[in-house]
Amino acid sequence: MGQEAPEIVFRTQGVTKVYQTGDVKVFALAGVDLELYTGEMAVLLGPSGSGKSTLLNILGGLDHATAGRVWFRDTELTDMPDRALTRYRRDHVGFVFQFYNLVPSLTARENVQLVTDVSPDPMPAEEALALVGLANRMDHFPSEMSGGEQQRVAIARAIAKRPEILLCDEPTGALDSATGVQVLEVLQDINARFGTTTVIITHNAEIQRMAHRVIQFADGKISSVHTNETRLAPSEIVW
Amino acid sequence: MQAIDRKLLRDFSRLWKQALAIALVLACGVAILLTALGMYKSLSDTRDTYYERNRFADVFSAVQRAPERLVTELAAIEGVWAVETRTVGSAVLDVPGSMVSVTGKILSLPPDGAPRLNVPILKTGRLPDPTSTDEVMVNHNFALANGFQLGDFFYANLNGQKRQLTITGTAQSPEFIYTIGPGALMPDNATFGILWMSQVAVAAAFDMTGAFNDVALKLSKGAREENVIDAVDRLLEPYGSLGAYGRDLQASHSFIDSEIKQLQNMATVLPPIFFGISAFLVSMVMGRIIALERSQIGLLKAVGYSNLEVCLHYLMLAVLIAVVGIGIGWLVGGWLARQMALLYAEYFDFPFLIFSTSLWVYAASGMAAMLTTTLGAAQAAIKAARLAPAIAMQPPVPPQFKRSWIDRAMATMRLSQPTIMILRALIRWPVRSGLTMLGLALAVSTVVSPSFFTYSLNKIVDSAFYESARQDGMLILSHDMPEIVLATAADLPAVLQAEGQQYHPVILSNGNHEKRTVIQAGRPDSDLSRVIDKDGKQIAVPPGGVVLTERLATQLDVRIGDTVDVKFLGGRQETHALRVTDIIAQYFGLGAYMDLEYVNALLRQSPRISLINVSLDDTEIIDLHRRLKDIPSLAGIVMMTDTRRSFSETIEQNIGVVNTIYIVIALLITIGVTYNGARIQLSERSRELASLRILGFTRSEVSYILIGETMLLSVLAQPLGWWIGTLITASMFNSFSSDLYNMPLVIHPAIYAKASFVVLLASFGSVMLVRRRLDKQNLVSAMKVRE
Ligand SMILES: Nc1ncnc2c1ncn2[C@@H]1O[C@H](COP(=O)(O)OP(=O)(O)OP(=O)(O)O)[C@@H](O)[C@H]1O
Ligand SMILES: [Mg+2]
Repeated sequence: MGQEAPEIVFRTQGVTKVYQTGDVKVFALAGVDLELYTGEMAVLLGPSGSGKSTLLNILGGLDHATAGRVWFRDTELTDMPDRALTRYRRDHVGFVFQFYNLVPSLTARENVQLVTDVSPDPMPAEEALALVGLANRMDHFPSEMSGGEQQRVAIARAIAKRPEILLCDEPTGALDSATGVQVLEVLQDINARFGTTTVIITHNAEIQRMAHRVIQFADGKISSVHTNETRLAPSEIVW
Repeated sequence: MQAIDRKLLRDFSRLWKQALAIALVLACGVAILLTALGMYKSLSDTRDTYYERNRFADVFSAVQRAPERLVTELAAIEGVWAVETRTVGSAVLDVPGSMVSVTGKILSLPPDGAPRLNVPILKTGRLPDPTSTDEVMVNHNFALANGFQLGDFFYANLNGQKRQLTITGTAQSPEFIYTIGPGALMPDNATFGILWMSQVAVAAAFDMTGAFNDVALKLSKGAREENVIDAVDRLLEPYGSLGAYGRDLQASHSFIDSEIKQLQNMATVLPPIFFGISAFLVSMVMGRIIALERSQIGLLKAVGYSNLEVCLHYLMLAVLIAVVGIGIGWLVGGWLARQMALLYAEYFDFPFLIFSTSLWVYAASGMAAMLTTTLGAAQAAIKAARLAPAIAMQPPVPPQFKRSWIDRAMATMRLSQPTIMILRALIRWPVRSGLTMLGLALAVSTVVSPSFFTYSLNKIVDSAFYESARQDGMLILSHDMPEIVLATAADLPAVLQAEGQQYHPVILSNGNHEKRTVIQAGRPDSDLSRVIDKDGKQIAVPPGGVVLTERLATQLDVRIGDTVDVKFLGGRQETHALRVTDIIAQYFGLGAYMDLEYVNALLRQSPRISLINVSLDDTEIIDLHRRLKDIPSLAGIVMMTDTRRSFSETIEQNIGVVNTIYIVIALLITIGVTYNGARIQLSERSRELASLRILGFTRSEVSYILIGETMLLSVLAQPLGWWIGTLITASMFNSFSSDLYNMPLVIHPAIYAKASFVVLLASFGSVMLVRRRLDKQNLVSAMKVRE
């Protein structure tokens, strides 16, 4: 990060999300105020059910907040119609999910092409796969790859569109530590190389040590934010 | 190619068996629609063009003997565009080399050449010379069936004289597209022919010089047919008119017309059933695919595919299924239509066939299939489009099973756990279970309906051919003759028994109800031709009145004891008010019966007959035929034994084909429904079934759940299918019950048993195919599947 004031990518103001199940109201988010900066790598930590995924979905334009406001740069996402949100996701956001969510009937390359087909300025699928170290597995189907490899395909798919932001919901949740480290290295590399703003949700407290900033969640609210003075390389993280 | 399209193709090829099972059902609908519409169009276009080109007349009348000068008066009737008179007669032919008796219908040609109306098309040779008395042109099919060449000859008994006639040409005529001999039930070109001869020859033979006994009229555009018919009747009345009639009563025309109507029916009734079932199957399969691909749908949306793109992606799967179905349907339908055309060519004598399975027929059937299939997928596709991207990323909520009275009932019945699982699933998805049952029930009814036809036809044939008309042969006299000819007939070789009958063309009327028919008059002790009602009971026809069939009585609106006006045509044209002494139920015909002696007394005539029924000794039949050819006063001969046999054979053959087609259709429906149903069940339950296996249930215990659910639905569908089948048949029979016949609904357990056997076997086979997947199921991976 430079000395000058960092540029803001996301800004939220009192974001609340309420789920109504029968008579019970669940406050998944209960007033979140947050700013995320260009090029930073932020880690979201917090107990299960504290609202991390809910926030990420709202930032990524997968979901609407019940109350409060959300901006992406100068654009307000809060009440954006569905069509515009689709456009926003298509043009700006890359997602990585815990369970990879690859299309089983498509090869690694085709899974990436699924995204490059609809992006305005994508990199070739082959290049994206090479970036995650899968240049030699391009024509394999998901069922022919390990979990780590599948997650790397998912990352390749997310970065192939050259997104400004990368939203990762427990990207290492289903992986063992060695494989997890590989995946984190890829994310770190992308963040450093392209300056892609990266948000990573994790349950693994160790992972926070590679972030610029760590945002702690509890009961639908941000309980603390802290900036790492020194960051660890993913290879230095063990769990 | 876009990656999403590649996904589409891969998904489709993975689902090919299910897709094919649906596509085949769809193909049935397309093929039937194509065939029926194609043939309907082809037949009606061909007929209309033929009529137009060859000036098929609009009004016809037969008359006893009218003077030629009436032509000018007939032509002067308002609305008449052209008139043509001629002499028509009938004769027994002696065809060299032919063992059987052949009947010819003889038509005179105008003295100045070819007819102006009902113009025959010369196929080979030339018209007979107008001055010649021994030249003849025959209908083409008659020549073919008998192997005649131009220049061949045969003999005909023309009013007492045996004449050698030489064939100068062969022809086809719009009047005789469908030709059927007197007393016959089906066309037989070998024993019945149309003969055109010069007017001089025919006039001489039938004593009609300067007169005619048949007239055809073509009307100008906008003319009112009823008015012309009335005017013609008035003019011909004094000369023994048999009553003018329009095309609707012209034998050949009305037969083709009913065939065309049937095709129309077929095109409107059957295809929607197939399309409906395919739509249901598509919606069931698509619903499951959407459920399975929730997370993929979520992913597509997360990465920026729009709702519309997602919706289209899933609709395209249905479109692909439709494309396969339509393709198969077009191929099969095209082939079937050609087969049908060939079949028609056999029954109908067209000079050409406008086989216009034109583009629009293909387009219409394809559109209909495409539309219904996409409609079936629409719900699922829209659901996919509506799925919020965030929700799509989470696993689906497990279906809610609630405890109800049914569960308490199942608990008290101490059913096994697998049985409870089966029942619960059926109750959990009542619409799906219901539609599955309905689909299978329709399959059952598809087999039930044609079986009813077999039984009903057999019943009719039995009643008509074995109980009522028991004679071995009918000798049709060229005109009414004294009853004493019976003695001569009895002396003929082979004849064991000879009985006379009188036939009178009549018009029955009651108020403004009017009906043309033929009165049959016989002696009360007749044994060969008896009056029989539906139940096979012999009916006595008392003197002093007329006995009517129910159909006729209804149409005339008369009851027993009422009087009905009977106009005897073709003679003195007398009208008598007769009492209806009895009304009887019969399967077909507009029969009216009187006592022979009573008729003679009524018409003040000496005892006479128009037809001789005979019973025969088989061993001497050849001698009989040899003799019959030389008897001058015979207009025709019908060998009932041959008629019965060929009728039964044809019916059996046709019904055999029809039954096979319907069984194939039922199989396709059953496989389509059960295979897809079981596949979906397996997919929904794979984790559950794998858990049971891991818990120690055996393979057969687990497959019991799979097979049990499918077979339970199949079994439950049976009574519904019987009921639907019976209902459909009853309503079809109802719509058939025309002027001519009623189909009795003969309910026989074998009809239902056969249908159920076919459907249950097919569903069992289909579910066993799916069971094989269960055997191959990998327990570990089944547990790992994340939905
Ligand atoms: N569709 C929904 N309907 C009802 N409640 C929901 C729904 N989605 C989430 N919730 C509730 O909202 C709260 C926050 O959920 P969220 O998924 O954001 O938590 P999380 O922090 O990501 O948890 P985890 O670490 O387990 O993934 C939870 O209490 C959850 O039960
Ligand atoms: Mg979460």
